[in-house]
Amino acid sequence: MGRKLLLEHINEPGIQSFKVYRQKGGYASVEKALKTMTPDAVTEEVKKSGLRGRGGAGFPAGMKWSFIDKKSDKPRYLVCNADESEPGTFKDRYLMEHIPHILVEGMITSSYALGAKTSFIYIRGEYMYIVRILEKAIDEAYANGFLGKNILGTDYSLDLYVHPGAGAYICGEETALLESLEGKRGNPRLKPPFPAVAGLYACPTVVNNVETIAAVVPIVNNGGEEYAKIGVGKSTGTKLISASGHINKPGVYEIELGLPVEEFIYSEEYCGGIWKGRKLKAVVAGGSSVPILPTDLILKTAKGEPRLMTYESLSDGGFVSGTMLGSGGFIVMDETTNIVKNLYTFSRFYHHESCGQCSPCREGTAWLEKILHRLLHGQGKKKDIDILVDAAKKIEGNTICPLGDAAAWPVASAIRHFRKEFEEEAAALPAERNLELATH
Amino acid sequence: MAKVTIDGIEVEVPDGTTILNAARQIGGEVVPPAMCYYTSLKETGGKCRVCLVKVTQGSAKDPRPMPKLVASCRTPVADGMVVQNVTSPDVLEARKGVVEFLLLNHPLDCPICDQAGECDLQDLSYEHGTEGTRTEFERRTFDKIDIGDKIKLHMTRCILCYRCVFVADQLTPERVHGVLNRGDRSEISTYIEKAVDNDFSGNMIDVCPVGALTDRTFRFKSRVWFTKPMDAHRQCSKCCGKVVLWMKGNEVLRVTGRKDQYGEVKEFICNECRFEHKNTADWTIEGPRHINRHSVISQNHYEKIDLQNLKREVERQIVFQKGRQLPEASPNS
Repeated sequence: MGRKLLLEHINEPGIQSFKVYRQKGGYASVEKALKTMTPDAVTEEVKKSGLRGRGGAGFPAGMKWSFIDKKSDKPRYLVCNADESEPGTFKDRYLMEHIPHILVEGMITSSYALGAKTSFIYIRGEYMYIVRILEKAIDEAYANGFLGKNILGTDYSLDLYVHPGAGAYICGEETALLESLEGKRGNPRLKPPFPAVAGLYACPTVVNNVETIAAVVPIVNNGGEEYAKIGVGKSTGTKLISASGHINKPGVYEIELGLPVEEFIYSEEYCGGIWKGRKLKAVVAGGSSVPILPTDLILKTAKGEPRLMTYESLSDGGFVSGTMLGSGGFIVMDETTNIVKNLYTFSRFYHHESCGQCSPCREGTAWLEKILHRLLHGQGKKKDIDILVDAAKKIEGNTICPLGDAAAWPVASAIRHFRKEFEEEAAALPAERNLELATH
Repeated sequence: MAKVTIDGIEVEVPDGTTILNAARQIGGEVVPPAMCYYTSLKETGGKCRVCLVKVTQGSAKDPRPMPKLVASCRTPVADGMVVQNVTSPDVLEARKGVVEFLLLNHPLDCPICDQAGECDLQDLSYEHGTEGTRTEFERRTFDKIDIGDKIKLHMTRCILCYRCVFVADQLTPERVHGVLNRGDRSEISTYIEKAVDNDFSGNMIDVCPVGALTDRTFRFKSRVWFTKPMDAHRQCSKCCGKVVLWMKGNEVLRVTGRKDQYGEVKEFICNECRFEHKNTADWTIEGPRHINRHSVISQNHYEKIDLQNLKREVERQIVFQKGRQLPEASPNS
């Protein structure tokens, strides 16, 4: 049984309320940080913990915090990225819905570390009901003196706001999020300057994922070193994994990083194996953007070592034979899955969500979707597969933000590992194809 | 000051200069093309991705190469930076890709487009594109709309460079148009139809790199290469009054701002100069406008060669061609 740091009290009745949360030791990190630690000491603990960004990129959180321009006389902001929109990822929703106070607590402690006087939680528009849950939690925190002026009698004051977006995937990209928060069209900005220098309202800003901010709570409570003892190498601590697809027990699981992938899929504690007694075909390990891997490569690396749930192990072998931990959206597919159809679904999503600002992504994502649609509906041609590979290559790395990469990687990896299926689709007659699609 | 090497040619520029502007100091082939960047409009650039270049050495202090190709129009130089533009096969490949993407939904209706002959996309695709297209899908189309009584928006041709949005933001008193929708369904549009009505809106036509925004007083009057561009000026209380008259015989067919060699207007003109004064009597004519001899507009217009310029051009070519033969700076490229 792995340790639980975030979901420890998930089954406690009434944990949504301030009273129960406080009884279970909630807000201890705020008391500890504000009364006994300097802001730099909190940052130092986060650095020691080795905590890495849980939103997908895996950038060390402590290092991100230390980039913030503290010499500037402008106000500093902390923005929590709760615009969780990656297909296959629903961990933040679960956490915010059931333990909203852990996010509020993390926001207070983190804002203190960064010296932010105003902080924001930017949440996706589809999570409107969670906005209400969070607002209630924030009201309770204000009422109990954990937010507002002179928190706990110290001279630190903080205001916390929840801001719902309008439901665009692109607003999960940190600079698009900031644009949207400022009330503009959610187009990603060009970097540099990075948000740590010029972010929200051109002031130094840190943008962190919900889970990253929540993880600050156990780090401050138990110390960064204690947190770093969990996990393997540079992948420390616990991670929420959103498991979905053809498994017996889909859901959100908190795992210790370093758990073998095979154990995660097959053990009763986690996914409970593939449903209906079928065989595993492929896994998308970190949300729809990361490369898909077939069974042999997801369970073992190309070198034959068992694949672990860590940032390093999953990306072992680069994109040739590896993938990424990403946001932890673990999508499992059984042997009956049509990879081309699956890829079409992903591509349709990226086409729909491209902001249209830069040419390769705006035009490329639409092209990828159209070709896959054609392939899937019996109109495909053999050259389509090469066009897909080439177009994906020309989008990747040439766009303003990572959405272009996110659209290109699944295409490149699906064709790399499952080319035969694409060739079969290209050769299939329309009538056969429609019949097959109808029976699935 | 920072010393930068672009395609083997060294140049010294002030700190904060972008790679693109450093390359423009050198001139010639090392200048990356630019479809969305516009010097006189703030915050433009970075969107079209045709100016992507490879930075093989970040700076003298930190010689690591940049991991991805960067948009040269928005990336500032650093002392000791080494940049590859046309000497990098990766850059040429990426640029070819971008041109293909830009043309995927472009109608290619050049034969009936007023911009033909002075279109940046035409030049770009001749230089960096392929002869055929790989797409077999129906192209995206939009209805033509009038934005204001002098400008026609033909969104089907638009490449979404956002330049006209920045004109509206920065030159006109209030922003009246912007981008609606997203992805490949994005369109330039006005919130209220025909709402564009101010003294400087006509500059949207000049900044448009393609034929998406055209002058309604000039539409279908003449192919640009049948007109003769003349520099002219008049006393104007609203703008600098320095324009180019596009003439056929003694008739002024259209009035535009003065574009430099990169197609950019430095001094914007007002709508009165642009639309209201189509008589030669209104203008003091300075003489024929210099047009690049490679342009179709300059056909049959002979010009005296400036020997100094020619000498500089030849010397630059020699350095440039030597630079191309240098071994690649990084073993990975």
